[in-house]
Amino acid sequence: MNQGGANTSLIKRINRQMLVRLSFFALVMFGFGYAMVPYYKKFCEATGINNLLQPDRAAVNTQVDKSRWVTLEFDANTHGMPWSFAPVQRSVRVHPGEMTQVEFEIKNNGANTLVGQAIPSYGPKHGAAFVKKLECFCFKQQVLAAGESRQMPVQFVIDAALPASVTTLTMSYTFFEVPAADKKNAAAVPLEKAG
Amino acid sequence: MSTATHDATHGHGHGDAHGHDHDHAHDHKPTGAMRWIGSTNHKDIGTMYLWFSFTMFLVGGVMALIIRAELFQPGLQIVKPEFFNSMTTYHGLIMVFGAIMPAFVGFANWLIPMQIGAPDMAFPRMNNLSFWLLPPAAMLLVAAQFAPGGGAGVGWTMYAPLTTQAGPAMDLTIFAVHVLGMSSIMGSINIITTILNMRAPGMTLMKMPLFCWTWLITAYLLVASMPVLAGAVTMTLTDRHFGTNFFNAAGGGDPVLYQHIFWFFGHPEVYIIAIPAFGVISQIIPAFSRKPLFGYASMVYATASIAILSFLVWAHHMYTVGMPVETQLYFMYATTLIAIPTGVKVFNWVATMWKGSLTFETPMLFALGFLFLFSLGGFTGLVLSITPVDVQIHDTYYVVAHFHYVMVAGALFSAFGGIYFWLPKWTGRMYDETLGKWHFWLSLIFFNVTFFVQHFLGLAGMPRRVPDYALQFAEFNAISSVGAFGFGLSQLLFLYIVIKCITSGEKAQDRQWEGADSLEWTHLPSPPPYHSFVTPPALDAKGAHAGH
Repeated sequence: MNQGGANTSLIKRINRQMLVRLSFFALVMFGFGYAMVPYYKKFCEATGINNLLQPDRAAVNTQVDKSRWVTLEFDANTHGMPWSFAPVQRSVRVHPGEMTQVEFEIKNNGANTLVGQAIPSYGPKHGAAFVKKLECFCFKQQVLAAGESRQMPVQFVIDAALPASVTTLTMSYTFFEVPAADKKNAAAVPLEKAG
Repeated sequence: MSTATHDATHGHGHGDAHGHDHDHAHDHKPTGAMRWIGSTNHKDIGTMYLWFSFTMFLVGGVMALIIRAELFQPGLQIVKPEFFNSMTTYHGLIMVFGAIMPAFVGFANWLIPMQIGAPDMAFPRMNNLSFWLLPPAAMLLVAAQFAPGGGAGVGWTMYAPLTTQAGPAMDLTIFAVHVLGMSSIMGSINIITTILNMRAPGMTLMKMPLFCWTWLITAYLLVASMPVLAGAVTMTLTDRHFGTNFFNAAGGGDPVLYQHIFWFFGHPEVYIIAIPAFGVISQIIPAFSRKPLFGYASMVYATASIAILSFLVWAHHMYTVGMPVETQLYFMYATTLIAIPTGVKVFNWVATMWKGSLTFETPMLFALGFLFLFSLGGFTGLVLSITPVDVQIHDTYYVVAHFHYVMVAGALFSAFGGIYFWLPKWTGRMYDETLGKWHFWLSLIFFNVTFFVQHFLGLAGMPRRVPDYALQFAEFNAISSVGAFGFGLSQLLFLYIVIKCITSGEKAQDRQWEGADSLEWTHLPSPPPYHSFVTPPALDAKGAHAGH
């Protein structure tokens, strides 16, 4: 395939063409990795999985199931932030379908204003889908000045469709510091390094 | 044919595979260190890839032995947990990216130009760069051990959010992955271009040896998947240092997203390792069965099907992250589907041997070991593909056993078989057959001692990546550790065999295996001249080689 000079330069040309095409393909695939980010977000929105930071739509006409009790336990953590964070009640007993509100307390023990975002998680995992939250402090970022404290509500309904085998549900919240780039009005505030 | 005789007169009858008497006007062969540093010769670069890979194999192997030494007994005896985690991480990264992948790229460099009748790779200088990116990347991985806080014990999969919080070693690891990825992508572009544009007249695609086919498909997999991994680790890097929130839940990101992106690369990666191994086996089995490969065309199509399916099954690595049931079902069915083209390949190899005139030299022994143990690893893979089963044994030693059956007994055994098969061609000298057989049997036995018991450990619930374990796992772990040290030491025998072959092996024949029928055996002497097929070989009407 490469006898003679003319042929050699032809081969070189088509080789170079292929190099350009394949490099372009590699670049496109690099972009594809990034394209998975918005696609994943849309997919989660459409399927309703991973809905952590928006209110749920409570089922309409939910009947309160007076025949059984569910114990809800609350857990609160901070991740590398000088905040103290705890539920006002450790646990409550409710009927499925009943509207319930609980309070959490938070205090900034650090010397600087900090912005935190709470991320919820549930146990057991298959119970998570039945916790319908209408109002939660985790739906927005919390800004606390040094020494500031506040009480924050969570309002929820346990879906009456909750399997009877689940008698205890744990709701756990962890506060993470919001990185500088995502803060609003935080430009002038010196940040205390999370440690 | 004229080329072969022409080259043969310039060849050399002694061990130096790369003599110095064949200077072409356009390509002087430098001597000394510069020959290797600046080499654009596919044979030199292939040799460097293979030695680099063996070095990394020893480094990764020592890490594995540290892991097994710690796991010999329950409790913490030898290393700290952080160091243990770092060992599991870098053992995986080094074996996958430093040992197995470069080994097969070494085969590709040596063999593809000779098998398709091309004078060299399409882009010799880029080929040089592809290789020389590897040592700096390996140094970054080793240097990460000495970063403040020690190596990043995050697992070779580098899952967020652990990686976004890990110490500075993580940055070195991310850069290493970037560099390794660039090397792979350039190598793949080179291989694709060589195979598509540089074939000798008459060497049609469907007449190529299957090894070239498997590499063509693998190279496409690499170009398509490696950039996705580069994207994933770049996101990790920007999350760590530049305030992005791809994987940070507090900023609106999602750590599970990392797993999706990683495994979109990660599952094709599994076949990037396995498919060239299939290619090597497809050369060895027909040669020692003295029959053409059974079902050549179906082998090509099966390989391509595996490659396409590999992009559609990634989430079977993450059944436990909380996906909807429909999604799990899809990934389960798609995954089990892969068993069909894989089965086609296994049955074709068996059918190739059927009524063949079999002999059992070392390469054939490794090929048979591959066939048996890879199938076993495939079966445990099938077990793991079933969602409800996987949920039970996810992240246990059952998974560890499964992927070591396909990576070690699959890819590594195939590489060993390939090295024994082509050593006579590459060096012009024969290896010691008795020692080769010892190497095979020791590797086979110790491999199974190491990993077979891990199936039981996993089924009993022993989690992976943990330096300590409950007392009831003690016996199987002790057995596994003994096997691991035996396996590790057996590989020193392999090093001895190769060195002995190069320095004092008997002279090999041009066509050492009479059943081998690809161009490097039929048209070139052993060792082949430094520049082979400078003018393309004349192929007869059938083509020099065809699987049928």
